[in-house]
Amino acid sequence: MTTRQRVGLRVRVDPVACDAYGYCAELLPERVSLDEWGYPIVDGTPVSSELVALATRAAAECPRRAVLLEQVMVAR
Amino acid sequence: MSATTLDVNHRLLTVSPSDASRDASASGLDDHVATHGALAVPARDDPGWTAAIQRAVSESGLLGRGGAGFPSAIKWDAVRRGGRRPMVVVNAMEGEPASAKDKVLLGCSPHLVLDGAEVAAAVVGASDIVVCVADDAGSTAASVQAAIAERERAGAAGRQISVERPPGRYVSGEESALVEWLNDRQALPTLRIDKSVPLSIGRRPVLVHNAETLSQVALIARHGPEWFRRLGTPEAPGSTLVTVTGAVRSPGVLEVELGTPVGEIVSRAGFVGELSGLLLGGYGGAWLDPSHLSTLYAPGPLRAAGATLGVGIVVALPATSCGIAETARIVRYMAGESAGQCGPCVFGLAAIAEDFELLGSGRGVAGVLERIEGRAAAVDGRGACRHPDGVVRLATTALAVFAEDARAHAQGRPCPGHRAPSVLTFPAATVRGRRAS
Repeated sequence: MTTRQRVGLRVRVDPVACDAYGYCAELLPERVSLDEWGYPIVDGTPVSSELVALATRAAAECPRRAVLLEQVMVAR
Repeated sequence: MSATTLDVNHRLLTVSPSDASRDASASGLDDHVATHGALAVPARDDPGWTAAIQRAVSESGLLGRGGAGFPSAIKWDAVRRGGRRPMVVVNAMEGEPASAKDKVLLGCSPHLVLDGAEVAAAVVGASDIVVCVADDAGSTAASVQAAIAERERAGAAGRQISVERPPGRYVSGEESALVEWLNDRQALPTLRIDKSVPLSIGRRPVLVHNAETLSQVALIARHGPEWFRRLGTPEAPGSTLVTVTGAVRSPGVLEVELGTPVGEIVSRAGFVGELSGLLLGGYGGAWLDPSHLSTLYAPGPLRAAGATLGVGIVVALPATSCGIAETARIVRYMAGESAGQCGPCVFGLAAIAEDFELLGSGRGVAGVLERIEGRAAAVDGRGACRHPDGVVRLATTALAVFAEDARAHAQGRPCPGHRAPSVLTFPAATVRGRRAS
């Protein structure tokens, strides 16, 4: 039997665009922490369904548009 | 240990570097054809020839010689699928201060590199070839220009070949930075989410190859994959160029068979005395303990030892030098060569450089080793390009290979070598070349 898959979301940061505003870590501490200089350290584990809304908001509210949501296939 | 007795000097470097500089005609087209034989590259799309060349390069097992070691044949497929007419870019930027292979190769055998570029261009359907030589490498550019002019005079130029001179900075040779420059932007790396998508100039897909890789393609196109595989290991076939410096009598570029013991390579360069360590790959490479003189110079064995071929650099650090002090110099240089785009690279490398200099000076600093290790782990993998990752590898392998010295330095007891002059090469002055807007 094939494993059933669905589309999941993974947070990524464009380090060139990022200017360390830090909103992403405030909005999504489950996946984003900050280093000693204020730049995001991202946990690339796909976000659970209850976090999708917050991840989307983190991406939308980044002043530098540096937070990217990447679609990945995850097991159901 | 290799049983072959073939003289590998005669594959890429058929003219010794000193002869090439003495006699301008040494690298001429006539001599090139006399040495390697003529190579007919079809001017128009020739499916039979293209298929044969692609098969030959694929079967040769050629791995790119620019640092990533990617199978060359696979790169071609991605660009061919692009739809629009591709361009071929020859990367001869040689941003690594300890490397001289592009300079030597393009000084001695420019036509071999251009042949390879023509072959790649014909396979992917490109009509233009751009050779990128750093703006501070005048003699290399002159050699390429002379070779192009000679091909035009001989009517042997099947495609438009031009030379571009991006700024001679460490990161300018990173392929995304190079393509940015060719798109009339600053030569800075960009974030590539999906590396299987080819880079593009305007909307044309670009095939970027290291100069040495293309010279190998020129030989494979002539002699076939079986000939190519006569040297090297099954996983890493062929010969390769290595720049050897440090505790050797004759520093310079050697052509060696992949799979040669590292010790034999430094011996051929006239290794003298005792070692404290070996720097492999480049300034974003890795330190190895001298016990690795018996390790084979090929991607697999080096990976197992925690190192890579990188761009073919071996620095033999003499026992009289201090690996910590030397690493501090490299880390400082590399921090200064950050493109300045990504926070973790800008702040992280500067912080690691500062701590490494403190460590190198031998003034005891509590917790400095732990701080370097912690920051190295924090910075790793967080840039758009691999620049910070290379510095992290250099710093962490230095702390491992020179562990005893590192501890003594941290406790305020520097080793005797920490005041010794550096055996490393650095550019005299870093040119902050930027495209005028």
